[in-house]
Amino acid sequence: MRLRRPENTVTFTFDGRPVEGVPGEPVAAALIANGIKLVARSFKYHRPRGVMSAGSEEQNALVTVRRGVQSEPNIRATMLEVAEGLEVFSQNAWPSLHYDMMGVNDILAPFLGAGFYYKTFMWPRAFWEKLYEPIIRRAAGLGELNGETNLDTYEKAFAFCDVLVIGAGPTGLMAALTAGRAGADVIIADEDSAMGGRLLREVEEVDGKPGAAWVADALVELEAMPNVRLMTRTTVTGAYDQGTFGALERVAGPRAPDKPLECFWRIVAKRAILCAGALERPIAFPNNDRPGIMMAGAVRAYVNRWGVVPGKAVTVFGNNDDAHRTARDLAAVGVKIAALIDSREEVEVNADYPVFTGGQVVGTRGRHGLKSITVVHSGGHHEIITDCLAVSGGWNPSVHLTCHMNGRPIWREDIASFVPTPGSIPGLVAAGACNGVFSTAGCLEEGANVAADVARGLGLKPKVTVPPADASAFAMKPLWAVPGKGRKWVDFQNDVHVKDIQQAAQENFRSVEHMKRYTTQGMAPDQGKSSNVVALAVLADATGRGIPETGTTTFRPPYVPVPIAAMGAGSQGKGFAPERLTTSHKASLAAGAPMIEAGLWYRPSYFPMPGETHWQQSCDREVGYVRNAVGVCDVSTLGKIDIQGPDAAALLDFVYVNTFSTLKIGRVRYGLMLREDGHVMDDGTTARLGPDHFVMTTTTAAAGLVMRYLEFVLQVLRPDLDAKIMSVTEQWAQFAVAGPQARLLLNSAFDQEITDDTWPFMACGTVDVSGVQARLFRISFSGEHAYEIAVPARYGESLFRQLTAQAAVLGGGPYGMEALNVLRIEKGFITHAEIHGRTTAFDIGMDRMISRKKDCIGQAAAARPGLMDETREQLVGLRAVGSKDELMAGAHLFEEDAVASRVNSQGYMTSVCYSPTLQGNIGLGFLHSGRARHGEVIRMVDHLRGVETRAEVCDPVFFDPNGGRARG
Amino acid sequence: MANLIALTPCHALLPVTIGRISVTEITPAQLMSIAPFAGKQKAVTAQLKVQVGIGLPAANRCVSKDNVTVWWFGHGVWLVNADVALNGLAAVTDQTDAWAVIAIAGGGIEDVLARLVPIDLRASHFGVGSTARTMLGHMNVAITRKDARAFEIMVMRSMAGTLVHDLEAATRGVAAR
Repeated sequence: MRLRRPENTVTFTFDGRPVEGVPGEPVAAALIANGIKLVARSFKYHRPRGVMSAGSEEQNALVTVRRGVQSEPNIRATMLEVAEGLEVFSQNAWPSLHYDMMGVNDILAPFLGAGFYYKTFMWPRAFWEKLYEPIIRRAAGLGELNGETNLDTYEKAFAFCDVLVIGAGPTGLMAALTAGRAGADVIIADEDSAMGGRLLREVEEVDGKPGAAWVADALVELEAMPNVRLMTRTTVTGAYDQGTFGALERVAGPRAPDKPLECFWRIVAKRAILCAGALERPIAFPNNDRPGIMMAGAVRAYVNRWGVVPGKAVTVFGNNDDAHRTARDLAAVGVKIAALIDSREEVEVNADYPVFTGGQVVGTRGRHGLKSITVVHSGGHHEIITDCLAVSGGWNPSVHLTCHMNGRPIWREDIASFVPTPGSIPGLVAAGACNGVFSTAGCLEEGANVAADVARGLGLKPKVTVPPADASAFAMKPLWAVPGKGRKWVDFQNDVHVKDIQQAAQENFRSVEHMKRYTTQGMAPDQGKSSNVVALAVLADATGRGIPETGTTTFRPPYVPVPIAAMGAGSQGKGFAPERLTTSHKASLAAGAPMIEAGLWYRPSYFPMPGETHWQQSCDREVGYVRNAVGVCDVSTLGKIDIQGPDAAALLDFVYVNTFSTLKIGRVRYGLMLREDGHVMDDGTTARLGPDHFVMTTTTAAAGLVMRYLEFVLQVLRPDLDAKIMSVTEQWAQFAVAGPQARLLLNSAFDQEITDDTWPFMACGTVDVSGVQARLFRISFSGEHAYEIAVPARYGESLFRQLTAQAAVLGGGPYGMEALNVLRIEKGFITHAEIHGRTTAFDIGMDRMISRKKDCIGQAAAARPGLMDETREQLVGLRAVGSKDELMAGAHLFEEDAVASRVNSQGYMTSVCYSPTLQGNIGLGFLHSGRARHGEVIRMVDHLRGVETRAEVCDPVFFDPNGGRARG
Repeated sequence: MANLIALTPCHALLPVTIGRISVTEITPAQLMSIAPFAGKQKAVTAQLKVQVGIGLPAANRCVSKDNVTVWWFGHGVWLVNADVALNGLAAVTDQTDAWAVIAIAGGGIEDVLARLVPIDLRASHFGVGSTARTMLGHMNVAITRKDARAFEIMVMRSMAGTLVHDLEAATRGVAAR
């Protein structure tokens, strides 16, 4: 029922039924206005439930919004705004909300109490995962995910301010006004669609005008301040280190392409003022969960703010003065008050509706909607016909954020609730109702004073002016649970009732954290916002302790559920990781090359030619280019580090196992780098361009790692060295030109010809390519006569196109990663497949490279006896015995007559390929005492893929062992 | 061999305009990193003043005079968009082709960058001439404020496409609100 005819209405659907609502009001309000009481089925017992609250603490009215790929489960109907065409569905019911078959759980309830599953479904053990758990999960639960890829847009954002005001009720508005007027950069965030908090929901005056009018004026003033940012629909979800807060914004307005549904904010504030208000708590009386039983403050909110009335004959039941306001406000607008029941004996109420003091509700009736209640008081039992019961057990300050860094709240006897411990979150001060101040005047004053303190701390000069307002705070006397027959619900969202908590205590789960886990109280989306204190009180009673001694469970972020989609916003599709593209990328794509990822880089796998149907054909052909003519390959992705300074050579001597200070200018040397623990970190070549100038290359995978490592060495290990490092990976586009025709190809590009005399093996220097100065290195990763040519990246694409075109004329062409890999395996050159972090220089046969004439990182550790043991797994070559036999990377090696089991493993394969040069399957691997076992035939077993092959152990250099081809 | 054709990092990507935001490529003729050797920072500044008229700015600052700009570029490193000779004083390394440099400007620019950059870019904290090495999305960038509604962003050349993609996505999201 509505008090006023709304000006503007729209139609949405609830379970397919059209419902009229006012745009922007909560769906819960529209359902109430249309007399829809049954909104949901409960988590475990499938009890019929209705709207209980008017905020994010809602435990019952969880719904699914929209359908198909756009559906979102577990949305609180109290926070969801009505819009034209919105589709809303109830959850956890089958076949329908009114006739839910799973309601059988409710009949079986006596057998389904806390701990039931753990005790009942113990045996047989295997049945738990396969049978019991799926059935239980199907029967219990909330909304369901649709299982589709989420196509909606979400956003992440960062914000910074001097003062973050969390909550925009009277305290928050007053704090923002005070800090804003003083000139501070303020962000004020509130999860509601409108700011004002309880002032929008109560009938009272501030500064001589209605609360809502004062709020409107305050917002006009705040919006006019350039230093104040107002964020509605934004829930501050967590308090983190160094003044950082997480916040979830529900983006306002209709859906549109590219428009985010939600934005996850990280707000960094110098200071924060928590003005989160308080949440009303229920009273545990028998069958207190029927649709139509609501929180007293929520009933007032629906009437006062949205003009919807939750019942025709409303009863109010509370243990405090605040509940009386509900009866007063509703009576004032003409709603029939069936009764006002106050559990306290001593109160006096003058009203023209029935009042029961010292009374308690001991029973309710009406399965799909409240029909009547039973009251006990000094005058006996009364049955009261009523369709709405407004309940108040007092208010719990919203201390949650103050506990996010392990703070524990303090029990305050006078309000029978917890309040924040000051200083729990550095830089954050709590004010107003969340700090236990329950009068409007008190909230306004504390908001102003705290903000003034904060502003002064920021070096500002605030003025404090507080408008007059109602100064009365409510009196209350605790009432947690009412005795009587029937379940007395404490945590409505998890279907936990008083007996469950008592049973937990009885079974010695007496610690509050144990009780929580045994009963599931305080879990799930609401995290015990409303149930927490009542549950503690029941546990305290059951264990004979006081509430402060019982303590409270820890509140952790997030305060409200945050969709993973919001936290991971921007990381869908191409947002997942940056794409690093080489200058030859477009040319490679144009040639039809499939790309493979190497770290963040994209590199061509192979370059297919017409008629080739399998990558192996392309790969074999490309290997042939290099072995017989000339191949061109983009190697720009390898790390290139420019090293300059008087101590550049000393730095290289310190990080490489071999010596670089002796390297001549214009020459290149292969280097091996160890970690501190003596294992191999990376390898590559380093060229000396001048007396104090080197350029180091790293593997593609370890480019960032080596750069970081050199920075660490210079800053921490050897600050005495005067050497500077700078990445030039991106500056130079670099191409390998390899094969017997390599020099012929290059000379067609160079302004001045090179010869074997001017550019011998391992020479480097500058050359001119069509007037562009380039760097040329005569190095080889293929074992052929080869070079790497580097030009400034702007010329990369052009040079690649020209080199590959010219190579084709010479019977060659571009080659990709597959061919590159085959070429290096044929030569026994290592990659990170071999130097995978657990191998030493000794293992790969390079221990003699470690110079004894100088110190280097890892030298001492590499000399440990265990790392020099002859029986260690050593790098070997493996050649499949049968010509068609496959070798598999990752497979293990066994002696021919041994059982292929873990304990008998002699080693493993790291790299394999088909070698078109040698016409057979070859590979590299590590084998116990491998270097002494060349010639032995061994079994390779791949348990994963079911492949078994006999292979001959050999030297890892399969092709041109003397290296004549590269030198000649 | 035919002449080599020079291509800029964003040659096929920019300019773009989305709503009120425009993104254009800047192509400095020169971009040299300067890392002064031990104890040589003052001497570098003195030499730079002679050669280009300005010295090395403080950390997180960028200074310009005539057409020359010097950016602080990290721990002990600066960038200058001019050729300089500092033999024996500093490691000077050509970075001209290593960085994609873009100008991004327009109304609401701070809202767009707030979707991607985790540092405080409010004008009160990051005024004209402020520069920072930070993140943009998942990428390492250098970002400099040019005026009230304009920033300059440098990203590694290979990631130019991702930079434009991320800026477009953020701009579209802000514009759709």
